[in-house]
Amino acid sequence: MARREKLSGNEAVSIAMKQINPDVVAAYPITPSTEVPQYFSTYAANGEVDTEFVPVESEHSAMSACIGAQAAGGRAMTATSAQGLALMWEMLYIASAYRLPVTLAAVNRALSGPINIHNDHSDTMGARDSGWIQIYSEDCQEAYDNFIQAVKIGEHPDVMLPVMDCYDGFITSHKVENIEIMEDEEVKAFVGKYNPPYHLMNKEKPMSMGPLSLPFYYFEQKRQQAEAMKTSIKAILEVAAEFEKVTGRKYGLFEEYRMDDAEVAIVILNSTAGTAKDVVDMLRDNGIKAGLIKIRVYRPFPVEQIAQALSKCKAVAVLDKADSLNGAGGPVFTDVTSAMFGRVDGVKVINYIYGLGGRDVTTDNIKEVYDNLQEIAKTGKVKEVYNYLGVREV
Amino acid sequence: MNAGKGVKLESWKNMTHGAHVFEAGNAVNFKTGDWRSDKPIFISENCKQCLLCFPVCPDSAIVLEDGQMQGFNYDFCKGCLVCMMACPFKAIEKEGV
Repeated sequence: MARREKLSGNEAVSIAMKQINPDVVAAYPITPSTEVPQYFSTYAANGEVDTEFVPVESEHSAMSACIGAQAAGGRAMTATSAQGLALMWEMLYIASAYRLPVTLAAVNRALSGPINIHNDHSDTMGARDSGWIQIYSEDCQEAYDNFIQAVKIGEHPDVMLPVMDCYDGFITSHKVENIEIMEDEEVKAFVGKYNPPYHLMNKEKPMSMGPLSLPFYYFEQKRQQAEAMKTSIKAILEVAAEFEKVTGRKYGLFEEYRMDDAEVAIVILNSTAGTAKDVVDMLRDNGIKAGLIKIRVYRPFPVEQIAQALSKCKAVAVLDKADSLNGAGGPVFTDVTSAMFGRVDGVKVINYIYGLGGRDVTTDNIKEVYDNLQEIAKTGKVKEVYNYLGVREV
Repeated sequence: MNAGKGVKLESWKNMTHGAHVFEAGNAVNFKTGDWRSDKPIFISENCKQCLLCFPVCPDSAIVLEDGQMQGFNYDFCKGCLVCMMACPFKAIEKEGV
């Protein structure tokens, strides 16, 4: 039986790690993800897990140690934020290319500079093309649930890719919520024993990893990764269905909130979805057909499903908590509009960059977006596609 | 581009994940000799079979038979000419000189 506990997002994820009892956790502290390895190191010191805890000297080494552990047939995990993820950069690509399902708690924080410790999505958005599966979590419950599912998704035989569970720094990592925790045995049974199809320590089937892959082969290896990413959609849904059987909590590729007859909708990730849902409720109380889509699985990007879900709207705003600084729009906006192109015609789509560096996002801010969408739905005219929400213009 | 004589280039569907290699001693299948810049030529009439060339070759491209120098394996010789420098009898020379 599950039990209810008051936990912060980081506590919940460290408990998930403890329940999974991985072979190796290698981590380097960085705000706001520090507590994950900090709590975990206590479990390791107290003998509550069998894990080899490796306090490395940098995030580059943390990811390298995870890669080494996975290559040796182990199950490895880490956690990081912002500059830590940036320092892992080089190794993120190695983990995905070698098809090693490392699990990473990515606690979203603004990338410097200027230096800032608060939440936005510029860190993980920068890693969106690194070949990692990215799952985004709105609250502590989702951060916990998605971390456990991440292990099973990454290790799925058709996938074999690393997975990051992304949740908002401080907002989700440090807030305490009353959430439901699975029993240790349930988690162990759910993730199962990791049986990699090959590894470096298997003397029955010797192998080598990491050879030079010249122009005759490299392209085919990237094509394989692309295929694994595409087919992982099926595995992600399979794992979600199994998870629902155990916990009763339902997960999909994205959450549709009051979308049935929605004319105006927001597409958003992570914690601000909670604020926006309140605004949807207020608007619905006033007879306005407002809805919301909260993307859970951002990599792979569910193009057909997102396009279908937005097909009946009149006006849509995609909210990005990271700017691409490309003169055109944020990363989620670019993906959503690409998904709709050629699949859905006639829906006006605009972009808002919001909350950079932890700037507060209030219901009034979100209301402003829906007001603009209603105006666009009524007139069919878009004044500006690429907008900023809550920045001082004067 | 030429992958080399007799090399079958597989589809991505038939290749191992991440360029992982499961076959032992497979370097023999990779004909690195096509990187060769200079080419050593064996002049057998000058050779005294001292075998000073054999240990200096970094690519094991000196072919021996019954302990006798026979010439080069050009599939792997990269033309560094260290063997030519080691030969006291002018039994190895650079092609075209």
